[in-house]
Amino acid sequence: MRAATWFERTDIQLRGLTPFVFTLLMVLASALPWHLPSFAPVTPAFTAMAIYYWSIYRPDKLPYAATFSLAMLLDLLTGTPLGLSALVYLLLQVILNTQRTFFHGKPFLVVWWGFSLVMPGVALVSWIIASLYFNALVPPMPFIIQAVLTILLYPLFAVVLSALHRHMIKDQ
Amino acid sequence: MRAYRGRALLLALPLKSLIQRFAFVLLVGAAITIMILSRAEPRLVDNLRGAVGDAATPILEFLSHPAASFASLVEQVDAALDVHAENARLEAQNAQLLKWQAVAAQISRENEELRQFLHVVPDPNASFTTARVISDSGGPFVRTVLINAGKKNNVRKGQAAITNEGLTGRVVSAGQHSARILLLTDLNSRIPVVVVSSRERAVLAGDNTPNPRLEFLAVDARVHVGNRIVTSGQGGIFPPGLPVGIVSSVSEERALVQPYVNWDRLEYVTVLDYTLPGFLPETKRAGRIGEFR
Repeated sequence: MRAATWFERTDIQLRGLTPFVFTLLMVLASALPWHLPSFAPVTPAFTAMAIYYWSIYRPDKLPYAATFSLAMLLDLLTGTPLGLSALVYLLLQVILNTQRTFFHGKPFLVVWWGFSLVMPGVALVSWIIASLYFNALVPPMPFIIQAVLTILLYPLFAVVLSALHRHMIKDQ
Repeated sequence: MRAYRGRALLLALPLKSLIQRFAFVLLVGAAITIMILSRAEPRLVDNLRGAVGDAATPILEFLSHPAASFASLVEQVDAALDVHAENARLEAQNAQLLKWQAVAAQISRENEELRQFLHVVPDPNASFTTARVISDSGGPFVRTVLINAGKKNNVRKGQAAITNEGLTGRVVSAGQHSARILLLTDLNSRIPVVVVSSRERAVLAGDNTPNPRLEFLAVDARVHVGNRIVTSGQGGIFPPGLPVGIVSSVSEERALVQPYVNWDRLEYVTVLDYTLPGFLPETKRAGRIGEFR
């Protein structure tokens, strides 16, 4: 095996940043005004999709510290109580870290089924923390609709994510 | 050599997972601490939000253009579908508005004369800044938007934000080039209002649903569906008489309000700089003890 040139090494390192950069883009997508009818409160949890995918396939490229900082940015940009998303997504990630090998080599439907199991949990925990934080019962309906929309949109994002993933591991 | 490396790996792998676990516990602790801190000392977080908002403004401005054009495409298709019905409705409305225009001109002339007779102290003129909405609270937690104008454009915490339809909310934090507006539907929004027809005062309280409710109404208050709600100007932050919405439902326990603002088309908002004469600007007021600026 010949030694990798500087260019090749940088290239591999940049490819390794893909999960972080993609999740960052998802954070920005959540913050953007889409101006769609009644969309803002139920904007799909784009970030959750990215974290789910990368936690299963490349947890080494999306360490806890990265999830934490991306979620903090999400909270700062969207005006969510600071630390809420960080807490919820760290919990999501630690659960996935124990279960991730189960999904390896499984057909897509199984991975999607897994996502449809964790998303209601994410919504429930978020709702409980938000209600505690505001010391009031936050209307639960937007949380439920958001979870359903996120689950329905997941296959679309999975296509993009797996294409990126293939591109990332090419040459490695 | 090989055996050594094997042993090192044997040691390194558990060590790595130990570090990961340690990092997890540390970060979860940090998230909880920050949440409690931000609840107890909102001021600390306000500054951070302002700074992050400022830093993200150019990126969000850039990205919000395609998002807006996507939305306008959806809107255009929507509009093209019922153009005839819309036209008929607008013609009817136009005829009615022309009639009202004549009435308004006459009333405003009369109002002017009466004011002169009575030597009414004029309300201070509000100066204003119009800015674009560059970020939305994409999620179920809060109802806020970020605009691309901040302290540099005279946007300050507490000011009222309106559109041509009516009151939108108020500025809750301002960075140099960006500011966050708490919409009047947010759980934390409280706005002093008055029912136009009966002059009943109340507080419009948001609860994250599209219809905020009227609180602190008098027990015998006369409020009916269809009554107009405007700001009362109490507290001196908001100018009085800004249109807010109409009463959409009244029951034994509560009265709900349908705001005039169309939240789906919130692209630009106008921030009013309204200071009552005799009120010192915030920077010149004496701060509370232990209060930092």
